[in-house]
Amino acid sequence: MSTTHTRNAARTMMSPAVILLLAWMLVPLAMTLWFSFQNYSLLSPGNESWAGFNNYKYFLTDPAFSEALVNTLLLVGGVLCITVIGGTLLALLLDQPMFGQGIVRLLVIAPFFVMPTVSALVWKNMFMNPTNGLFAFFAKSLGVTPIDWLGHHPLLSIILMVSWAWLPFATLILLTALQSLDSEQIEAAEMDGASSISRFFHIVVPHLARAATVVILIQTIFLLSIYAEIFVTTGGGPGNASTNIPWLVYRQSLLSYDVGVGSAGGIVAVILANIVAIFLMRMVGKNLDL
Amino acid sequence: MARAVTLNRRLFNTGLAWTLGLLIFFPILWTILTSFKTEAEAIALQPALFDFEWTLANYQEVNSRSNYPRFFMNSVIIALGSTLLGLLIAVPAAWAMAFVPSKRTRGILMWMLSTKMLPPVGVLVPIYLLFRDSGLLDSRIGLVFVLMMVNLPIIVWMLFTYFREIPGEILEAARMDGASMKSEILYVLTPMALPGIASTMLLNVILAWNEAFWTLVLTTTKAAPLTQFIASYSSPEGLFYAKLSAASTMAIAPVLILGWFSQKQLVRGLTFGAVK
Repeated sequence: MSTTHTRNAARTMMSPAVILLLAWMLVPLAMTLWFSFQNYSLLSPGNESWAGFNNYKYFLTDPAFSEALVNTLLLVGGVLCITVIGGTLLALLLDQPMFGQGIVRLLVIAPFFVMPTVSALVWKNMFMNPTNGLFAFFAKSLGVTPIDWLGHHPLLSIILMVSWAWLPFATLILLTALQSLDSEQIEAAEMDGASSISRFFHIVVPHLARAATVVILIQTIFLLSIYAEIFVTTGGGPGNASTNIPWLVYRQSLLSYDVGVGSAGGIVAVILANIVAIFLMRMVGKNLDL
Repeated sequence: MARAVTLNRRLFNTGLAWTLGLLIFFPILWTILTSFKTEAEAIALQPALFDFEWTLANYQEVNSRSNYPRFFMNSVIIALGSTLLGLLIAVPAAWAMAFVPSKRTRGILMWMLSTKMLPPVGVLVPIYLLFRDSGLLDSRIGLVFVLMMVNLPIIVWMLFTYFREIPGEILEAARMDGASMKSEILYVLTPMALPGIASTMLLNVILAWNEAFWTLVLTTTKAAPLTQFIASYSSPEGLFYAKLSAASTMAIAPVLILGWFSQKQLVRGLTFGAVK
């Protein structure tokens, strides 16, 4: 099939997608880069001037930046830990023989389809609210003082909300991987006298590694850009306690109207994401056969 | 793992799994239940699970007060529009990569995946300014375009993994039988590719429906979809739990149902075919 003619046809068919994506990636990114070296405020348009590295200096030395960086890492790391460990345990359970497995599966995956603004507001008001929330009700029934979740533990609260939304994804993918595990292999190991623990660590875990890699990759992409949950719950506060990098960039550029500093922040975010990406793509490249 | 297990073991698994499943589902169930309560019952000191006066008043109120249908239509237009436009561009690309692979195919695919790694805030300022200056801010067409671009790599990848499974020999056989290029595409390939295209479409409608960065940043009222509509409940209206619940239920129901039907495709689509 690979005559010159078909090759050319193939190239033509691919070009719209490739050109659009290339433009989508390069044009705005080049603009961000340009703005990041400018003194540029939306409040005084027309007064742009060259700023050198001042915007970067400002953004990186702002105490909010280091806080946001730590918060971003805690947020991504926390959610990954909860969802990957929780998802593995749940998947192992759901893989066991039981009644009504299909329905349990539907129950477990449901949170994934809930839009972030809904899940965040439901958790914030109906569960975590210290006076009317359901957690407060349980605390009061037990005679304990209710916790002001978002007031006192804002980052932890957001980690919990986001974990709830992503646990189904991890579970579903790990379960799918488990179900493709060859049962004869397990039976053979069993007959050879392997204990259930060594069967788990020598057969099940290696089999799940590939699926877990994919879960980590996909989730990291989305978790690095968490925005809506913060937007509708804490607004990054109190102080900077729940500010992550995307929120900080958003605040600088569209709430403080400082395009220069916001753009510098955007470039910093891109660099950070790339460090993570290089590492992840290596993992995935090895695990995806093409 | 179809091995013999005792009934006790099976009952234990069932009990544990159902408990955990219901626990995970509970926030959704609670939202749906609260949407049928009165505001007073929604914040009652002694919350009731099922034993309350069921009412539809919240749904009526949300519909009459906030023009819910418009937000819903915006969501539909944006989710469907961006998906269809994305398919239009991605189908030929994925087709070419699956059937006429070259040395560069793998590289192009990995590069496309890597564009997903670009954090949206990295391009927030220019996109916002470009939209502002071209009057695209708060317009459906602008949002359709942005969400199409955001999901394009996923669409291409998903389609590629489906197309790759169509055996090339079928084409050769059809050709030997004297099929023309046109009838080859029409009668041989299209029927085999349709299921893959359909699942790609389903997954992307779900992703676009729930997208909550660009939809929040680039819209205010005219083009605002349901994500923005719900966000407007963040305060102080969010304290009206029953209305918040009714609005939330209406916002998530369509996609929850779609999602339940597409759970198999979801795994495959979101893992770029690495897990099936």
